[in-house]
Amino acid sequence: MATKKTAKKKPASPKKKKTKIEAPEEVMATVFIMGKAHKVPADATIMGAIEYAGYQLKRGAGCREGFCGACATVYRLPGDYKIYTGLACTTLVEDRMWLSQLPTFPGQKAIYDIDKIEPSVETIQMLYPEVFRCVACNTCTKACPQDLEVMDYIQAAMRGDIEMVMDLSFDCICCGLCAIRCPAEIVQYNVGLLAKRLYGKYLSPKSKELEKRIREMKRDKYDKEYQELLKTKKKDLKKIYYERDLE
Amino acid sequence: MYPEYMSESLEKVTQSRNKRFELAKSGKPIYPPMNAEEREDVLNKFHPDYKVESRRKVRIGPNKGELLTTEVTDMLESHSRITSKLFDLTSPDYETDILIIGGGGAGCAAAIIAQQQGVKSIISTKLRLGDANSMMSQGGMQAAVTPQDPPTKHYLDAIGGGHFDNKPELVRALTEDGPDVAKWLEELGVVWDKADDGTLQVLHGGGTSRKRMLSCRDYTGAIILRTLMDEIRNHPEEITILEFMPIIELLLDHKGQCAGGVLYNLETEEYFTVKAKATMIATGGYGRLHIRGFDTTNHYGATGDGLVMAYKAGAKLMYMDSVQYHPTGSVFPEQIAGFLITEKIRGAGGQPLNKDGEIFVFPREPRDVESSAFIRECLERNNGIQTPSGRVGIWLDSPLIEMLHGEGYINKQFPAMHRQFIRYGIDITQEPMLVYPSLHYQNGGIEINEKTETNIPGLFVAGEASGGVHGRNRLMGNSVLDYNVFGRRTGKYASEYATKAKIGTLSLEHVDKYEKALKDARIKTKRVSPILLPYYTPEDVRKRQLTACYEGTLR
Ligand code: SF4
Ligand code: SF4
Ligand code: FES
Repeated sequence: MATKKTAKKKPASPKKKKTKIEAPEEVMATVFIMGKAHKVPADATIMGAIEYAGYQLKRGAGCREGFCGACATVYRLPGDYKIYTGLACTTLVEDRMWLSQLPTFPGQKAIYDIDKIEPSVETIQMLYPEVFRCVACNTCTKACPQDLEVMDYIQAAMRGDIEMVMDLSFDCICCGLCAIRCPAEIVQYNVGLLAKRLYGKYLSPKSKELEKRIREMKRDKYDKEYQELLKTKKKDLKKIYYERDLE
Repeated sequence: MYPEYMSESLEKVTQSRNKRFELAKSGKPIYPPMNAEEREDVLNKFHPDYKVESRRKVRIGPNKGELLTTEVTDMLESHSRITSKLFDLTSPDYETDILIIGGGGAGCAAAIIAQQQGVKSIISTKLRLGDANSMMSQGGMQAAVTPQDPPTKHYLDAIGGGHFDNKPELVRALTEDGPDVAKWLEELGVVWDKADDGTLQVLHGGGTSRKRMLSCRDYTGAIILRTLMDEIRNHPEEITILEFMPIIELLLDHKGQCAGGVLYNLETEEYFTVKAKATMIATGGYGRLHIRGFDTTNHYGATGDGLVMAYKAGAKLMYMDSVQYHPTGSVFPEQIAGFLITEKIRGAGGQPLNKDGEIFVFPREPRDVESSAFIRECLERNNGIQTPSGRVGIWLDSPLIEMLHGEGYINKQFPAMHRQFIRYGIDITQEPMLVYPSLHYQNGGIEINEKTETNIPGLFVAGEASGGVHGRNRLMGNSVLDYNVFGRRTGKYASEYATKAKIGTLSLEHVDKYEKALKDARIKTKRVSPILLPYYTPEDVRKRQLTACYEGTLR
């Protein structure tokens, strides 16, 4: 076999002594994965449930911890008209949940030269003119698994408030769930990304310490010290290391 | 929510908190760091690497006779998916200047630098561009940027953390390029945490003697990598991205230069060939091999593919007997077992506590030492806290952070962590987290020099796939720095190489030779590598899949 056994419940951090604490009995739930019914553990994540059912994911799985946006999922619950959205890796299943993964979304990205644009509303107008079609319906905010104020950052983009777009979209994982729900066909996460880059490059106050250090490095200020360290024997290096002062 | 039976222990944590807060605030040492002997002792007795069965001699290839991590030896002693007969190499399907294998941080950084010099590249990636451990690093990036922190202090910290086994010239490159990387990233648009006057926020990490951890809240990796990816997508003319198309073997030419690779389309199951003037391996680590049965903090695709391909082509590996377990993987709730809890939590003052609410180790020892101390506390001293599913862990006291830095600090600095736990009814501003070491990082890898060259001409390696930078233990924040420093260096040196290289007749002979070596050494195995993806299919389902085989993604 190619990998060691790593089934549904992966072998834990070494499980030493068993104590009296009883593991609760496994309760099962029925979920409809792309329409097909499967029985899965009731406390599983959606991703865990899909794998439990026997799928080997190629798309729709990435970091498995809520950082990469590979696992966008839409679902409905029985007797409820609402469309729900979530990340498969962090959302728990519910009984009779009906789900489909949306591992990719055709979200267009503007191509630009970061050195030649300005942190202004004109840039937004030029690169993402559809932003101004926002009808303030708030659907994107409701769809966001990160609980970001998506509509607010799109509104901020319309005002050219780059800093606010940066701040509100900071934790965006580009899952695309806002974009698939947007009646104005905006690709919110790419707007957020643009604003973050504009902020980082142009608006964030510059660090004087960093500039100074870069100048020092340019004139090889530490070259001699490095030479010394590279020459130092392991034994002496150990001594210097364990005696170094801590900030 | 924590189960009822934990409340007594939780109460003890709350009770000791005020006193611990007073001590931490006073600036006096909260717990003495270990000296050299104490470190050695705890490592020898409790680090998973030091168990006899955790290493096995590899019987073939460039490192023949060396003891490597057992799971790595298993992976190396395995068949290729292909043989040379299957391919006509006279008319490759793709041609480019640099073939970059892996779409994480190192690969992206290299592609950008190459593009800036007018050099073309193809990025082959197994999943999507950016699907990598780089995306998941939360805590930060080390760079010596403050006046009290010359880069040589960073050098000393890194080499001491690596138990003085690091290749010195690589540590020099790592620490010397740090400040420039910080600036380069900012010029590309990375938003660093800063004070209003522009001073970069710096924090401690395990094993640092100066505060030098730069960060982007707790989405450091995501912010950096998304910036790099966005830049890459601004240059479709020069950089071709092939997603869900991993390279599964390297190509050499008749002179022994590396000259590209064989692509496998993960979905249509077709193979293609790429001819390149220079080749870069940036495939990251191997957490998904679940070494010693540990859970992992790693990305779904972290299966060590680059190691195997390079090894079969004759590249030397270094320190592949050394595995990093991150001290603070989550153990409760069960659904997030193994998930990374950033070291920045301890950098900001969070403390590890046993079941009696007592601190038992200096919170910022290098990772291997800290992890071993956690294991000792749980297994030998029996001072851990048992979870309902039978795991054991210790407390990581996060509410203390709010006391030290003011209310709201956690929400601002650790939004990802807060989100991760609040889903399960645990508010980390009020309650501690339960943690245990989790498989985190491949300390060793393919040996490189400071130009990221390997012993195979034309083959460059950067990031987690490479070995030597971190010795036998990496410090927090040095991997983000690593993939930027050495990714950029590959961009530079592979471009130089590519402009001069003359590629001869392409060959896959090394694959056949490796197969023969397996046979000659009488190694009988069904294993096929690279495995590309792990599988988490339950046993009973696998039994019913009568015609399936679980050799990676091979069917
Ligand atoms: S803003 Fe949109 S793309 Fe970003 S995390 Fe929220 S829903 Fe996903
Ligand atoms: S969903 Fe679209 S239209 Fe509605 S608020 Fe969000 S961005 Fe505006
Ligand atoms: S798999 Fe990365 S966010 Fe779910």
